[in-house]
Amino acid sequence: MKERTGASRALYTGAVVLASFAFHAQSSPAPQKSDLSAQGRQSVRAFAAMATVLTHPRCLNCHIPGDAPLHGDEGKPHKELNIKRGPDGRGTPAMRCTNCHQNENSTALHAPPGAPNWQLPPPSMRMAWQGLSTGDLCRTLKDPAKNGNMTLAQLYRHLDEHPLVLWAWNPGQGRTIPPLSHEQFMARVKEWIDTGAACAERGE
Amino acid sequence: METTRFEVNGKPVELQIDLRTPLLWALREQLGLTGTKFGCGIGQCGACTVILEGDAVRSCVTPLARAAGKKVTTIEGLSRDRSDPVQLAWLLEQVPQCGYCQSGQIMSAVVLLRANPNPSDEDINDALTGNLCRCGTYHRIRRAIHRAAELSAPKAGKP
Repeated sequence: MKERTGASRALYTGAVVLASFAFHAQSSPAPQKSDLSAQGRQSVRAFAAMATVLTHPRCLNCHIPGDAPLHGDEGKPHKELNIKRGPDGRGTPAMRCTNCHQNENSTALHAPPGAPNWQLPPPSMRMAWQGLSTGDLCRTLKDPAKNGNMTLAQLYRHLDEHPLVLWAWNPGQGRTIPPLSHEQFMARVKEWIDTGAACAERGE
Repeated sequence: METTRFEVNGKPVELQIDLRTPLLWALREQLGLTGTKFGCGIGQCGACTVILEGDAVRSCVTPLARAAGKKVTTIEGLSRDRSDPVQLAWLLEQVPQCGYCQSGQIMSAVVLLRANPNPSDEDINDALTGNLCRCGTYHRIRRAIHRAAELSAPKAGKP
């Protein structure tokens, strides 16, 4: 787990303070373009930047609606071994994710990548993002019924600290990293939350 | 070099070895347990499968550090006289051809049957999909797992 810097601690504190305000935005209907204030438009722009990371294969390969995770930058189904999500998101008996995926990337060529808690979301809450518009991805991400029961403050912390999230920026050989650095990404997450966690209208 | 302690087939072991060493090589070269095989070396074929704390891990990509303080079971640890129901079923169904992948297949089957004592064909396919057999003994493997399930089932009228 990386050390939290002073700056990121301040960001997190800000996120916590604003979480209750932002929470009310969660249950609001999708705004129409004309409804958005300048702050709301800033929030939507911040999320659009976040979405470039969230829709990168490092994230999207496991945030899937189906039962077979994807892999590689092409998002190929992990079907050469018929890998399945299983009842808890960690695979099936004798084919658990961590039977091959260790706590860190393997150094051998073509060996499996790794990070702590390697898993898919459980079938009871798939947290699927594949195929969503940016606005729908935004609404999904801040909906506790679809994001792992997280408040916006908890979501901020998850994106800032979770080893599986951080792995996206250290994915090992042959895998690209998201288009923003983790620091740039978290700055956009903070901006999105601070400005009300607004989402683009449906279809955008 | 670091000292690490763990348990293999019910016996405590202590090794002075780089903890990044794959568990497979510690078992084969340090402990002489050569029933576990080297196949692909990248966790793709399942020949090196051993049971680590109940999970069917691929020992070729599992660093020894993960086994520290834990319990490991290899093919040699299932029984001294091949009386484990899975081993017995393997004999009764004459599963192996060349035999190289079979210890990995058996270890995965043991883990499956612990989680699911009466698996369907689909359950077996899902559980052993990561254990490849170039001789194509899959039908016999499936039959043997069903037979092992029967052998392990409590008999009616017996405690």
